[in-house]
Amino acid sequence: MVTAVFYVTVVVGVVSAVIAVSHRNPVVNVLSLVVTLFCIAANFALLGAEFLAAAQVLIYAGAILVLFLFVVMLLNAPEVPQAHEPRPFQRGAGVLLAALAAAGGTLIVIRFGAAAPAPAVAGDAHAIGRLLVGPYLFAFELVSVLLLVALVGALVLVKRKH
Amino acid sequence: MPVPTTYFVLFAVALFAIGAAGVLLRRSGISILLGIELMLNAANLALVAFGRQRGSLDTQVFVFFVMAVAAAEVAVGLALLVAIFRARQSIDVDRLNVLRW
Amino acid sequence: MLDLLWLVPALPLAGSVVLLAGALRFSQRTTSAVALGSTALSLAVALAALLDFAGGHGATFVQRLFSWIAAGDVAIEFTFRLDTLSAVMLFFVTFVGFLIHVYSVGYMHSEEPRAYARYFAYLNLFMFAMLTLVLGANLVVMFVGWEGVGLCSYLLIGFYFDRDYCAAAGQKAFIVNRIGDFGFLLAIFLALKSFGTVDFAAMQQAIASEPARFAGVLTPIALLLFLGAVGKSAQLPLYVWLPDAMAGPTPVSALIHAATMVTAGVYMVARTNFVYRESPVALLVVAVVGGLTAFFAATIGLAQNDIKKVLAYSTVSQLGYMFLAAGAGAFAAGIFHVFTHAFFKACLFLGSGAVIHAMGGEQDMRRMGGLRKHLPTTYWTFMVATLAISGIPFFSGFFSKDEILGKVFAAGVGDLGGFGSVYLALWALAVAAAFMTAFYMFRAVYMTFHGEFRGDPATAHHLHEAPASMTWPLRILGVGSVVAGFLGVSTALTFGRDMNWFEGILHPIAPSLEVEHTPTLAGEWVLILLSVAVAVAGILLARSFYSGARAFERPRRLAERFPAVYSAVLNKYYVDEAYDRVAVKPLAGLARFSWKGLDTVVIDGTLNASAFFTEIAGDLLRFVQTGNVRNYALLVLFGALAAAAWLLL
Repeated sequence: MVTAVFYVTVVVGVVSAVIAVSHRNPVVNVLSLVVTLFCIAANFALLGAEFLAAAQVLIYAGAILVLFLFVVMLLNAPEVPQAHEPRPFQRGAGVLLAALAAAGGTLIVIRFGAAAPAPAVAGDAHAIGRLLVGPYLFAFELVSVLLLVALVGALVLVKRKH
Repeated sequence: MPVPTTYFVLFAVALFAIGAAGVLLRRSGISILLGIELMLNAANLALVAFGRQRGSLDTQVFVFFVMAVAAAEVAVGLALLVAIFRARQSIDVDRLNVLRW
Repeated sequence: MLDLLWLVPALPLAGSVVLLAGALRFSQRTTSAVALGSTALSLAVALAALLDFAGGHGATFVQRLFSWIAAGDVAIEFTFRLDTLSAVMLFFVTFVGFLIHVYSVGYMHSEEPRAYARYFAYLNLFMFAMLTLVLGANLVVMFVGWEGVGLCSYLLIGFYFDRDYCAAAGQKAFIVNRIGDFGFLLAIFLALKSFGTVDFAAMQQAIASEPARFAGVLTPIALLLFLGAVGKSAQLPLYVWLPDAMAGPTPVSALIHAATMVTAGVYMVARTNFVYRESPVALLVVAVVGGLTAFFAATIGLAQNDIKKVLAYSTVSQLGYMFLAAGAGAFAAGIFHVFTHAFFKACLFLGSGAVIHAMGGEQDMRRMGGLRKHLPTTYWTFMVATLAISGIPFFSGFFSKDEILGKVFAAGVGDLGGFGSVYLALWALAVAAAFMTAFYMFRAVYMTFHGEFRGDPATAHHLHEAPASMTWPLRILGVGSVVAGFLGVSTALTFGRDMNWFEGILHPIAPSLEVEHTPTLAGEWVLILLSVAVAVAGILLARSFYSGARAFERPRRLAERFPAVYSAVLNKYYVDEAYDRVAVKPLAGLARFSWKGLDTVVIDGTLNASAFFTEIAGDLLRFVQTGNVRNYALLVLFGALAAAAWLLL
């Protein structure tokens, strides 16, 4: 049963990822990315990271991509044709690189083998929370500062000059 | 029998590759940012998978932070895009070539 | 008081520093006060120290100031040493130096305050260097002073640096000196390597205790040191800078190029006599160079018309005498001549300065004449000094020169080092040179002070005696030219009673070499009478040539009969021209090649090429900046993958 779910998410995820990067309509792109993120969330759950699965849906799918959508709507961007006259070098290199990334990844996987996973540790909110305010407290606080900085930066960037 | 970790990592690699292709081959700024998000997520997935492999929760905390940072990055990146659009009425990145030799 | 010995060189140094630091903004009065004050104080301290020294019966006093160089086994301290030899030098350097400072106040009066201050700053600096040289207890400290006097000589010769020939003369002096200094340096290195020390007392001790061990190295050291002396004391073949040095102000010629700096070479040989006495070959070389120089320079002096040039060649010749004495093992006699020469030569130069001052800058004796009416004090002091240098009895030069001649003859007769015949030949040359010395000095006196004035009327109106600041040093030096000689009356003159105070005090430090078969008392008297006769003959010949109603007739006819000889002598045997062709031009050519060929093309070229290539590289690399965002993204991805691969694989 678990494996079945896994394979389904893989297929759906890959397909929607491809659509996300290739369709010419930006709204379609965003929405299919949402689908991909859901698949990833499912994978998180399969891996025992329940908190992360929830966080993924809430933050990524719920906040970040909604933000994308806002901007897409706001800009009313004309559909930019995909690489209308692509520079041959660019295209070739891009494809090559992607293939290379895939090959590299496969190599890693082969190298690190198919060992059995260690006994599962529950990735529930309680455990994660304890870690966050324990050993990773400093990072936690820093990230909050980072978010503040990003917020201010974004505001400054879009301010209209008077 | 649970799904072997390598399968998850392979999935992550595939998503990463697709995201990279998207970043390199599209001319719209938004599409590029989307590709970047995809890559980040692929990395997150790989991280969690490896974390389960080692039986540690630290990677999950790391993923949490990555998500937070990604949120910040998206905010700033989109703000940039908006500013550029206001200046040039276009989000075609091929048109952003003033800083050339 | 002896503890304050270090003040003697330090005071003039302080004076010099003050004058230089005042950025030459002092008035003439301030400058005079500082310069004269420091020199006078230095003299006072020196005299007090000498009194103390005498009270301690001349026991050697060593004052260590600080440890200077300590590297591995070598430790060189900055130490002063006062023994009878350096005491003698200390006395006349400070005394004559002070007198010349006083004289300079009058002589340089017409200079601008800036130039005036510069002059005295350099003069004070010279005093410091000379005193360091004299008081040094080891070769290195002596070398510090040695180099210092060379520097000050350059600065002062080229004092009127806006005149090309003065600047050139200064350069010539410095460069020729350098050749000698090279020898000195090599000697220091050799000494360090052989003895492990350069301290005079230590070296002397080492040689005395282990003569066989050092036997091989003593001759090279002696010869190399002598090379230094040849440069500094203007002997053949490195004498050419001294006549040119007359371009500097006359007090400088008096102090540096007559009384003190040029005698440093003789002092150095006397100081290191414990090396020379072990090497008959080195002694012979010293004597031969000294004797030949004495003769050679005297011949040039016969035909010179510039009064300062006459004195310059005379100095070279007298220095030859001093080295001849040292080479015959008579170190005390050589130093005695240094001592008397300081007085009468300084007096002669200062006198010539008064003459030039009165003549409004004219130095050619053919335009002088009859000046004794207008410059009486200058005349009689000049005459006294001339009598001294000519070796007329009871004047100082007589005692010292005769001592030298006697000792050289004794070395010849006694076959010193097996070279007896050479010494005898040198003695003959020295006697001939004495004849020439008397002749050309009195020629100068007659041409300058006797007869009728031959210059133009405008100058004739200005003829006046020099101011007191100039005449008092002349008087004092004139007296010294007479009195100084009585300190070293040779035993022959006192019929066997040893009243030679000079020889006596120097004996512990620089004993003269004993020879077998010393001449008898009668023999010595014959020599003395011979040299006096020779001197008188020279004077009479000069008188017949240059004085009286038929003055200048006979020399003119002689010159017409032997034009080639006359022109050769007048042009100093074209030595300078020869040096120019053989050494100066090729070196200048090499320098030019090094500049245009090597420096500009190779070194600058390499630098420029590397800069050029950097530019090209930059020009090419900038094409990476396409401005295309996707290109950059590609590169980032590339880089990231490479890093990942490197980390993982």
